[in-house]
Amino acid sequence: MNKGLRGVIFLLAGYALGTQLFAGLAFFVSGTYNPFDVSSWILAIVVGGLAMLYGFVGADIFKTALFKGLAGQVVGLLAGGFFVTIIRAIMGLEPFGRFGFSEPAWVFGGFVGTLTFITGSGIVTDWFKWSKGEETPEHHDDPEGWRKYFGVSLDHKVIGIQYAVTALILLLFGGLFALIFRAELANSGRELLTFQEYNTLMSLHGIVMIVSILIGIGAMMNYLVPLMIGAHDMAFPRLNAFAFWIAVPASVWLLSSLALGGFDTGWTGYPPLSARAPVGMQMFFLGVWVAGWSSILGAANVIASALRMRAKGMTAFRMPIFIWASLATSIISLTATQLIGLSFQLVMFQRLFGMGFFDPAKGGNPILFQHLFWFYSHPAVYVFILPGLGIISELLPVFVRKPLFGYRWVAMSSLGIALVGFVVWAHHMFTSGMNEYLRVPFMYSTMLVAVPTGVKFFSWVATIWGGKIELPTPMLFVLGGLVVFLMGGLSGPPNATVSTDLHLHDTYFIVGHFHDTMFGGYIFPFFAALFYWFPKATGRRLNETLGKVQFWLLTPSFLVKTFLMMYVGMNGMRRRIADYDPALGIDFLQLLTTISAYLIGLSVLVFLYNVFISLKNGEIALGNVWNSRSPEWQVPSPMPAHNYERDFEVVGEPYDYGLKGSQYVKFEESGD
Amino acid sequence: MQKLKHFLIAGALVLVVTIVTDLFLRAEYLLPVQASLQSVPIDWLFDLQFRIISFLFALITVPLIYSLVVFRRRAGDTEDGEHIEGNTNLEIAWTVVPLVVVVAIAYIGAGNLAEIRRVDPQAMRVRVIGFQWDWRFEYPDSGVVSNELYLPVNKQVLLAMESPDVLHSFWVPEFRLKQDLVPGRVTEYRVTPTLEGQFKVRCAELCGVAHATMERPVIVVSQEAFDAWIAQKQAESAAITDPVELGKRLVAQNGCAACHSIDGSAGIGPTWKGLFGSQVPLADGSSAPGDEDYIAESIKNPNARIHAGFQPNAMPQYSFTDVQIANIVEYIKTLR
Repeated sequence: MNKGLRGVIFLLAGYALGTQLFAGLAFFVSGTYNPFDVSSWILAIVVGGLAMLYGFVGADIFKTALFKGLAGQVVGLLAGGFFVTIIRAIMGLEPFGRFGFSEPAWVFGGFVGTLTFITGSGIVTDWFKWSKGEETPEHHDDPEGWRKYFGVSLDHKVIGIQYAVTALILLLFGGLFALIFRAELANSGRELLTFQEYNTLMSLHGIVMIVSILIGIGAMMNYLVPLMIGAHDMAFPRLNAFAFWIAVPASVWLLSSLALGGFDTGWTGYPPLSARAPVGMQMFFLGVWVAGWSSILGAANVIASALRMRAKGMTAFRMPIFIWASLATSIISLTATQLIGLSFQLVMFQRLFGMGFFDPAKGGNPILFQHLFWFYSHPAVYVFILPGLGIISELLPVFVRKPLFGYRWVAMSSLGIALVGFVVWAHHMFTSGMNEYLRVPFMYSTMLVAVPTGVKFFSWVATIWGGKIELPTPMLFVLGGLVVFLMGGLSGPPNATVSTDLHLHDTYFIVGHFHDTMFGGYIFPFFAALFYWFPKATGRRLNETLGKVQFWLLTPSFLVKTFLMMYVGMNGMRRRIADYDPALGIDFLQLLTTISAYLIGLSVLVFLYNVFISLKNGEIALGNVWNSRSPEWQVPSPMPAHNYERDFEVVGEPYDYGLKGSQYVKFEESGD
Repeated sequence: MQKLKHFLIAGALVLVVTIVTDLFLRAEYLLPVQASLQSVPIDWLFDLQFRIISFLFALITVPLIYSLVVFRRRAGDTEDGEHIEGNTNLEIAWTVVPLVVVVAIAYIGAGNLAEIRRVDPQAMRVRVIGFQWDWRFEYPDSGVVSNELYLPVNKQVLLAMESPDVLHSFWVPEFRLKQDLVPGRVTEYRVTPTLEGQFKVRCAELCGVAHATMERPVIVVSQEAFDAWIAQKQAESAAITDPVELGKRLVAQNGCAACHSIDGSAGIGPTWKGLFGSQVPLADGSSAPGDEDYIAESIKNPNARIHAGFQPNAMPQYSFTDVQIANIVEYIKTLR
């Protein structure tokens, strides 16, 4: 039978089986059987996906690191869970809980499962061998074809693609959650979802998208940084693989919260609410905690590579601008991520051991959590957007055929945003009840963010002004990103001044504002990057017509959606509500918002279709497709395993478009 | 000469687009009605922000779209653009000017905040209790307890807000102000209503399952009408002596209906219809008689014996007296 057909059949059969498998598990645990349970229908996607892989490639899938890791994760979860259950039984404590295992058993099983994933997949095998004094080869050759993407590869380009595909899968999950609850919000009154289901999907939409973005910027930085600086790989290839693979069990834990009662706190997980939510809350904490390792280790690698492995002649101000953006982002990830892990860990311990860090009855303080949480989570939004803004700065000169206006200022503005980003966190807390006078210094510091951001915008416009502008799909996404990010930027200051924020805080205005910043700063540039570097990775171009269809589906509907969100927010629509007061008179606008959201979903499907057909039949593109000066485009595509066969030396400025006879890089003569 | 022409046209367009955007942004429908003294300076600051936003919007989008139209690559042109690396004076200008502007806005914002936080020592105190998932308002001067917040117009009121369970946030869009309620402490909300009418307080901080339903009327009336309402509530309160009615009032004040229906429909907690006298199925598979003891125990310690099909830790702790609990049980007994 045709492999494709077999895959599709397995997908459908696996999915149908999966829905009833999870519904049956729910029956086993809670005693109620609901064949149309939303959580079961979502989790079944995982079963269907694995079945589809089996259909495509047969039993070989069981030999891959991915499968071994996932199997190890399940075994570890059960082993750890039973271990705690037995201990509890011996100690005379209630051994079981509402979801089979007791809560401590689930959490301990989760930690064990993470470790068994790591050992099972084989990402630490070399390190184990070294610790025993055994030698391993410097490189491991990757298998041919699809296998290398399911196995542990040390090649930064393979890891970059693994990151990108994982990011897209999580993007689909996050988007699916949004579409489900947007259907509920299409009119007032509650029809599709229970409150708990709504809150869980809304919360998961937030965190799954955030992890998807973290993994997506990992994709861009992993793939591009070594190519742009002329390195053969990242500084620590094994650490690089580890940072990617650890994100897989993290994603599984996040999704598993669906099966364990969900959680109703939003991705912010504020106590005391998060101290009372179902066990799903703990799996959320665990997932974020583990994903944090991925961020921290990935960032350390990017910083080390960018500082130590640049090509000859590539001084700081001759680096491609994306390297500056990656550095700024990585500095934040490396130094701030610990705080979100810590804050969630403290709530985890409060739940498990009764440690009242945030419990006022035990001398704790709920507002302390918010300080710890936002000390990471505000800088984190700059982690999400700085690489995207770097992509915009990187691609604009190529498509307007002019140098990047004020290169040094744009480079410094990334660092400026990163540094100012560390001292603005409490602007999320203007209504929280923290010290009232503390709000004023945070208003000043927050307004300062506008200065380096403004430098970027003005420099971009000055770059475009007078250029010879071409509009292929990547450029469309760059310009779309610029405009959408502008909307996010302009809707920022009313949240920064305290008195106007007292009205806007926790309304849909904020929802519109940060969706603009996330789409403008990440989604649009990410698509631009995918279209732009797809030929480098595959030797084929993505289809231009489909790209334009995707862009024109996405951009207008997205702008309509966020404008409506901001409008209803100003008029009384709160965030994170499963239902709204019909007296607000916004039913029709909500319907429009929902329709726009579905159009956005459709645009993503167009992209997936485009990837699918272009991989097979896309126009072959082996050369410098975009006529870029960047080093990776000076050699044929696709890039070989250890990148450049000949090293290059930087002999000019990166963006000297329009300067006759100038060169950015010069490759060494061959035959040396 | 050609260059100057482009700058002049784009400059003129920036001006036009600024004015049009500003008209659009400062239209009346963009914010709810102003119903408090504090909303006036807040809306003034909104207007100031909208003007700056309109200008910046035009300043970026006009040259962008102008470039796309005018400087787009013509068919057959293979030349690069002009080699301009940057302009340090321009960069310094668009760093320093925005710096001055944002510091000025923050300075204005600080003054604005001081203005809306102006304290009237004569302010009327109301105790606000936000809990999962309802509001209760207590007037200490008269002893009145209500689920509707009545306020006299043109008089500053100080809401002293408490939460027994999780974070909540007090927001009346027409007042423009918002303040979280934090367990373990009392937070303050000062407002001077200036418009008579009925508004709603909407909980703005995600507080769990039924967060969406946590809304209650806020009714601003004249001082005379307010005094009359207080008198009426006091009279009503004194008139009730029947335990069933007392229990019913406690139930209403504490928002029990958010989770427990009285008509048999499903909710977050078990329905009360037919509960008394029934055999209650428990989560551990056994059952218990639905008598006074079971109901009283479930109010005091909701996790003691969980009704099958419902979650533990869903119900907050209440500090009722034994007499109050007895009254509530009497009320539940009537729900056959």
